[in-house]
Amino acid sequence: MLNGLSSLVLTAGVEFHAPSISEFFPDIVLFEGTPFAMNRIMIIRMIMVIALVLIFWLGTRKMSVVPGRFQSLIEMGLDLVRVNIAEDLLGKKDGRRFLPILTTIFFLVLFLNITGIVPGFNIAGSSVIGIPLVLAVVSYLTFIYAGLKKHPGAFLRNALFPPGVPKAFYIVVTPIELLSTFVLRPVTLTLRLLMNMIVGHLLLVLLFSATHFFFLGFGQWFGYVFGAGTLAFGVAFSLFEILVAVLQAYVFTLLTAVYLQLALAEEH
Amino acid sequence: MQHALLRVLAATETEPVKNPLIPEIYDIVWSIVPFAIVLFFFWRVILPRMQETLDARAEKIEGGIAQAESAQKEAAEALEKYNVLLAEARTEASEIKDKARGEGAIILAELKDQASADAAAIVAKAHQQIEAERLAAIQSLRSEVGQLALDLAGRVIGDQVKDSKASSAIVDRFLADIEKNEKSK
Repeated sequence: MLNGLSSLVLTAGVEFHAPSISEFFPDIVLFEGTPFAMNRIMIIRMIMVIALVLIFWLGTRKMSVVPGRFQSLIEMGLDLVRVNIAEDLLGKKDGRRFLPILTTIFFLVLFLNITGIVPGFNIAGSSVIGIPLVLAVVSYLTFIYAGLKKHPGAFLRNALFPPGVPKAFYIVVTPIELLSTFVLRPVTLTLRLLMNMIVGHLLLVLLFSATHFFFLGFGQWFGYVFGAGTLAFGVAFSLFEILVAVLQAYVFTLLTAVYLQLALAEEH
Repeated sequence: MQHALLRVLAATETEPVKNPLIPEIYDIVWSIVPFAIVLFFFWRVILPRMQETLDARAEKIEGGIAQAESAQKEAAEALEKYNVLLAEARTEASEIKDKARGEGAIILAELKDQASADAAAIVAKAHQQIEAERLAAIQSLRSEVGQLALDLAGRVIGDQVKDSKASSAIVDRFLADIEKNEKSK
């Protein structure tokens, strides 16, 4: 029945297109066959990078001690990462040290997430695994680097053989710690962001293509009723996606900071 | 949602669908490039600018506080100095007043002394003069009265009292009697 519905063709000629995973692999439009091949998602990424650079460059071009409205907004965004994430978790000194990484992760993820609901883009730049994966690897390497630098000998030992645990338990504890610290952390970072963006996009596509189908393909009174329903849901979920975009950027950055804190704090 | 997933599953049967968990090379490239650009940008441009502003702000606030503190200190010092000066001036003024009062009293006493001395001198002089005049008057009166009396007595007696020495002795006795009578009255 579902297959029947998905290939339903009505007299008006409007077919219901269910979203599929190939949404995330659009046709290559530039540099095909090279490592620099670009499809529209890669182009969206670069457009957002330019937008980010432009906004922050303009916002901090003539900074004054008493900020104007635009500068206040920029400072508020930077302070969210600086004060609420970096300094809160890592303290003033280490917070400042890792601030570039944390700020980059937050704003890159935020700007690439938000394109999911930007009209014309309609897909998150972070909904393809590259961005979540690369940033998770960055986060992973950063906290390992921080740990090794701070406690050269003790970091790995403390991470894998937590002190205070009876020696016999290491048979159980060590594999768990190895898995949770060095395998699951980057994997969960990647998948959390990726899946949030993929699902968000699929949901919106589903709702809006259903609206399209109900209004134009179905017609009749129940077509309009259902169409109005899916449209309302589509609008509601678009707003929800804004929240998700900000939240995921915050969570990614916060977890990176937490991993850094754990790596730096382990003293024995 | 369910439809979508089922559609996805259905699609896998018909067409080769890419696994979203396997990254493409270009995807990795176009993830590293944005990350590198944004990292460089924040690290080298934006965060230093922000830090500069924060430092300037902190400095301004701290500077303001320090300035206010020093101003307050200066004001307190000035107040103290003023109070000291005021106290000095007050003691000086009271000293001057006391001194002036003492001097005034002395001057007044001197003046009084002088005045009383002058008055005494004047009185004494007047007394002297009066005495002298009285004596002179008595003298002249005595001689004149004596002459008159002699003349009168001579005329009455018809005889000239010639012996001036004896006559003047008579006159003197006579006058002494008169004086005695006046005094006894």
